Amino acid sequence: MKRGRLVSWLLIVFGVLYFSVPLLGTFEFSLRLLRGVYSLAAYRIVLADPRFGATVAYSTALAVATIVVGVLLVVPTAYWIQLRLPWLRPVVEFITLLPLVIPAIVLVFGYLRIYNSSSVLPFTGSERTTDLLLMFSYVTLALPYMYRAVDTGLRAIDVRTLTEAAQSLGAGWSTILLGVILPNVRVAVLSGAFLTFAIVIGEFTMASLLDRPAFGPYLQNIGANRAYEPAALSIISFAITWACMGLLQVFGRGTPAQVAGAH
Amino acid sequence: MRPLAVQPSPGLPGEGLAIPPPPATSLWVSGVSWAWVGIVPFFVFALMFLIVPTSFLVVGGFQDSQGHFTLRNLQDLLQPTIVSSYLISIKVSAASAIGGALVGFALAYAAIAGGLPTWVRSTLMTFSGVASNFAGVPLAFAFLATLGRTGLATALLVNVFGFNIYNAGFNLLSFWGLTITYMYFQIPLMVLIMAPAIDGIKREWREASANLGANTLEFWRYIALPILWPPMLGSTLLLFANAFGAVATAYALTGSSLNIVTIVLFAQIRGDVLHNPNLGYALALGMILITGLSNAAYIWLRGRSERWLR
Repeated sequence: MKRGRLVSWLLIVFGVLYFSVPLLGTFEFSLRLLRGVYSLAAYRIVLADPRFGATVAYSTALAVATIVVGVLLVVPTAYWIQLRLPWLRPVVEFITLLPLVIPAIVLVFGYLRIYNSSSVLPFTGSERTTDLLLMFSYVTLALPYMYRAVDTGLRAIDVRTLTEAAQSLGAGWSTILLGVILPNVRVAVLSGAFLTFAIVIGEFTMASLLDRPAFGPYLQNIGANRAYEPAALSIISFAITWACMGLLQVFGRGTPAQVAGAH
Repeated sequence: MRPLAVQPSPGLPGEGLAIPPPPATSLWVSGVSWAWVGIVPFFVFALMFLIVPTSFLVVGGFQDSQGHFTLRNLQDLLQPTIVSSYLISIKVSAASAIGGALVGFALAYAAIAGGLPTWVRSTLMTFSGVASNFAGVPLAFAFLATLGRTGLATALLVNVFGFNIYNAGFNLLSFWGLTITYMYFQIPLMVLIMAPAIDGIKREWREASANLGANTLEFWRYIALPILWPPMLGSTLLLFANAFGAVATAYALTGSSLNIVTIVLFAQIRGDVLHNPNLGYALALGMILITGLSNAAYIWLRGRSERWLR
């Protein structure tokens, strides 16, 4: 067994190296802006760039909107499936997994063709409605994670008894959903929310093809034109991901983090 | 809560417990149930943002510019530049999936069943959650800063070992460069997916087989691998689909110097570089087919493995 343990340690050390070296490399690179000395100059330039603040603010607002709409779409659906239409569960589960099967670039290609300015629903006709379309795109991307999180949360509580108890006290559907069900699955909703935030904040493909000023396209643009600032942005972006996953761990009460797919 | 990719339906035991028919409430109007109204928003959303857009591309792939049925676009996919873009995509996705699966499995097994302290496991799981989400444009920057011509690892190898990987023929903007970069999110994804399956390999099985005289090799050959191969192969397929649809990492890393199929499609959406919109639809159709098949195989394999891993 001794030898087996040594092999295990060696594997872990290899893993640690594989994952820490690129991070260290990026950090070291981000400090190199001034010749000959390590400095935080790249960070200062990045943080002083008005587009940095603007794109982060845009993506954050979009992420918050995505989470709100995602929760409003997913919680009632999962609740209703559990309570009234369990026979539809396989269909709904299949649909929520589709965004993992159909690549994001294919989905946005379809949106651009269907919702162009000469169509029945001209989402891409103006900037505001394009923002709306981008938000719906992100709800789609986040759907598998959000639905899974909420559905797991709902299965852990007795939806039926809670609903009947609330009804016998005279509650209407909105009171049941907002006042009874939602508070009971808030941990699940929060974990879905942080994951959604991590996906949306740096998303590139959809924002770029819909031509909106989000953080992902900004990152790419800086990367194509600068040398050291992209490294600083990578570190900042890694810190954001880390913070989201950290919050997920805290609110998910120690359950392992889920896996996103916005690559 | 387990990683989504492993168990699209966690808590399967609850599945069979059909909820008894609802008590008569206001939802029953003259003998007709109106319960379906509650899920209309979801289905409208699914139609608008998943089913109709995808169907539009699939149908468009079989149409000419006048809207008549044709197989011409599918034939046009066989032109050398497009075939080579599919091939390089498949090669990068397969290499990063297989590499990520092997390394990820070894890491997960070492941390869970390798006799290491428990904090190793929890640290690995937490970190995998973060690293599998660290992808896209920032990941490309990280690898440029590390393995680029002036990157940290490149410089270290030159200064310490006098070995220049670029003189040895390595190039980050190539098949191998992209594969190594993709493995950064593939390995942690594999760790997350495989951890529950490895947990399912009971310590007692190992001891029982040892009592019956099996050595380590025989344990793996006759017990562990027959149980673990379906989830391993299934996860590899999932990693494949995951890499196949990726755009941002490759785009930020190589610009358009490595023509993987997602980058060709990206350019096609931006400016019809193929000079045939319907050929673009066919390109998307091919991608859906490839990711769809590998996901279907994953679901089938997962069904096989659930019998033992409870």
